[in-house]
Amino acid sequence: MRPVNDPILSVRDLEIAYRTGRKESVTAVSGVDLDLYQGQSLALVGESGCGKTTLGLGLLRLLPKLGRITSGTLLYRLKDGSHADLLGMGKEELRRFRWNQAAMVFQGAMNAFNPVARIFDHFADTLRDHADRKRWTKRAVERKAGELLETVRLDPDRVLPSYPHELSGGMKQRALIALAIALDPQVLVLDEPTTALDLLTQRQIVQQLHELRGKFGFTMVFITHDLGLAAELADRVATMYAGRIIETGSARDIFYSPKHPYTAGLINAVMPVHGDRPALESVPGYPPSLKAMPPGCAFHPRCALATEECKLAPVALDVLAERPEGMTHAAACLHHDRVGLDGGTGARLPSSTEGEATNA
Amino acid sequence: MPDPILQLSGLEQVFDTKKGKVPAVGGIDLDVEPGKVLCLVGESGCGKTTTARAAAGLTRPTAGRVAFRGKTVAQMDAAERFTYRRAVQYIHQDPYAALNPTRTVYSTLTAGLRRHRLVKSKGEARERAADILRLVDLTPPASYLDSYPHQLSGGQRQRVNIARSLAMNPELLICDESTSMLDVSIRVSLLNTLGRLRDELNVGFLFITHDLAVAKYFAWDGEIAVMYLGKVVEHGPTPQVIGDPQHPYTKALIGAVCEPDPDLARSNRAVSTLRSAEIPSLTDLPSGCTFHPRCPAFEGGLCDADAPPLQPVGGRRLACHVVARDHGRTDRGHGRPARRDGGGQVTTWSA
Repeated sequence: MRPVNDPILSVRDLEIAYRTGRKESVTAVSGVDLDLYQGQSLALVGESGCGKTTLGLGLLRLLPKLGRITSGTLLYRLKDGSHADLLGMGKEELRRFRWNQAAMVFQGAMNAFNPVARIFDHFADTLRDHADRKRWTKRAVERKAGELLETVRLDPDRVLPSYPHELSGGMKQRALIALAIALDPQVLVLDEPTTALDLLTQRQIVQQLHELRGKFGFTMVFITHDLGLAAELADRVATMYAGRIIETGSARDIFYSPKHPYTAGLINAVMPVHGDRPALESVPGYPPSLKAMPPGCAFHPRCALATEECKLAPVALDVLAERPEGMTHAAACLHHDRVGLDGGTGARLPSSTEGEATNA
Repeated sequence: MPDPILQLSGLEQVFDTKKGKVPAVGGIDLDVEPGKVLCLVGESGCGKTTTARAAAGLTRPTAGRVAFRGKTVAQMDAAERFTYRRAVQYIHQDPYAALNPTRTVYSTLTAGLRRHRLVKSKGEARERAADILRLVDLTPPASYLDSYPHQLSGGQRQRVNIARSLAMNPELLICDESTSMLDVSIRVSLLNTLGRLRDELNVGFLFITHDLAVAKYFAWDGEIAVMYLGKVVEHGPTPQVIGDPQHPYTKALIGAVCEPDPDLARSNRAVSTLRSAEIPSLTDLPSGCTFHPRCPAFEGGLCDADAPPLQPVGGRRLACHVVARDHGRTDRGHGRPARRDGGGQVTTWSA
């Protein structure tokens, strides 16, 4: 059994900056604290440019050249039970860490593969680079890759000798997921795993991720702007805005009683397919530029609840309901008690001109 | 009933490729009325965009006709074609690729106006451009007119795209996945803007999306046509098609949508009922109903024999042997046979 209170990943006060000039940089992620427990699935949600992908890449130290983790700790519990700070690792340690302990499924299945290498070569390169080189003979790779592809219901005889362009989008995404779990990582970070796929293919990927998680028991962090997907796959949700986590909690807390006006606004903006057609309101305005962050709560210029107080100082996450294993519901809003809801999914901002939502 | 602004009748588009003939659109009949929305939904490769391109006159259909205000586009003279080009505008999917990066917003917005000689002076052009920016909620216009696309966000660029189309006083807007690359909150506000334009300016829409929620939201007072492998399989008023889907394909699409409701998602985690997840190739279409290899309602000898006609069933047009037969039975049970009309008339719904 897993030890109580021993998260698999513990992030403290993480800050990530991108260099934008010789002596200039912008902070893309700041003040992130996160405890992830084994087998959990966490969704990072928010609009484009809120820092979701940067945080996801940061968790594996896969940031592009200009990105740098400027402070914080990233403590992982490894498979052997020891703990290691990712930020203290050298190049060789990192190489062994990645894929064995934690792996990433990059955004855009369409472009994640090398177009001039067969799927087989992707498996061979990965296994040989991140594990014991001598063990992975051609036959061993074929056997392992075949097993992995079968777990995502792909036909190895068809897929392994193919080039990426010979596969459909859904097949590529499934092959990519199979590749990511090749060395049985404990943590899997998925960046927009279903974006750009067709509806029926999306549904298939969601089902397979459920199955794989049941079978392999990995911990999942996935980045999405699709709240429907978050509701489908996540036990926990963290909303990001302007580089900070502004609300975190269990999926039920977040979807049924959001306590940050931004989270409520995002949920309000989702168009339902089932039931009535409510008139929807969007969150007005655009996210702030990282170069010109508003003072105080970064959301205040778009917020219907904002008061003078919101403009004074940044607002920290305030615990609203204690729950075990990182499920604690916390929101960074001075007016969280005024964030309206009506019980169902149709949480409404108090400013909304539409009366209370009718929830079908 | 007002006269349709756009009529597609028997529209076919076959592409000649090295691998043989690809029937991207295999004969569809659809109308768009002024101020109304017709939404085409379906998966990639079902012919949505090909249909839209033919409707915009960007390709010449291999069979059938596209008519604008009753005039066949292929037979228009130069003057009629000039009007058609002005009145029908196309909004592309990718707001990053659709704008010329070396042109300011002002220059992009007024290119069409100048081409169609709708403005006389530079001052007038600037005024018109400012008015249009206000129409798409880019205010104050002065702060956008001299910007380049790279200085704008995705949502702002898509608004400029729409503004460019509106500059021509269009009667029909063809939107090809125009909101699918945008964030949820921006998508809603853009759809609200488009809805206002539809109601205030009486613009008709041929709206293409793979997102059923967007289709439902935008086309609630209009119609939805579900396409599969180049054919329309279900077509009717939006509340009927989304609220009470009849075609097994429409049902599968609606069942696959993830809603932001964790409890619903958990209770709804049924395994997909489709017999196969992969779409057949257009170069090697299945016999009979092209959906039969994937269809949960498949009946051997019926579905793989003949292609089902698109016929009125239960307040919509539907192409499914099984549902049409079962519906016919219940109809007869009420002493009311299902009415057939072979003309593919969009405006007549059977009881």
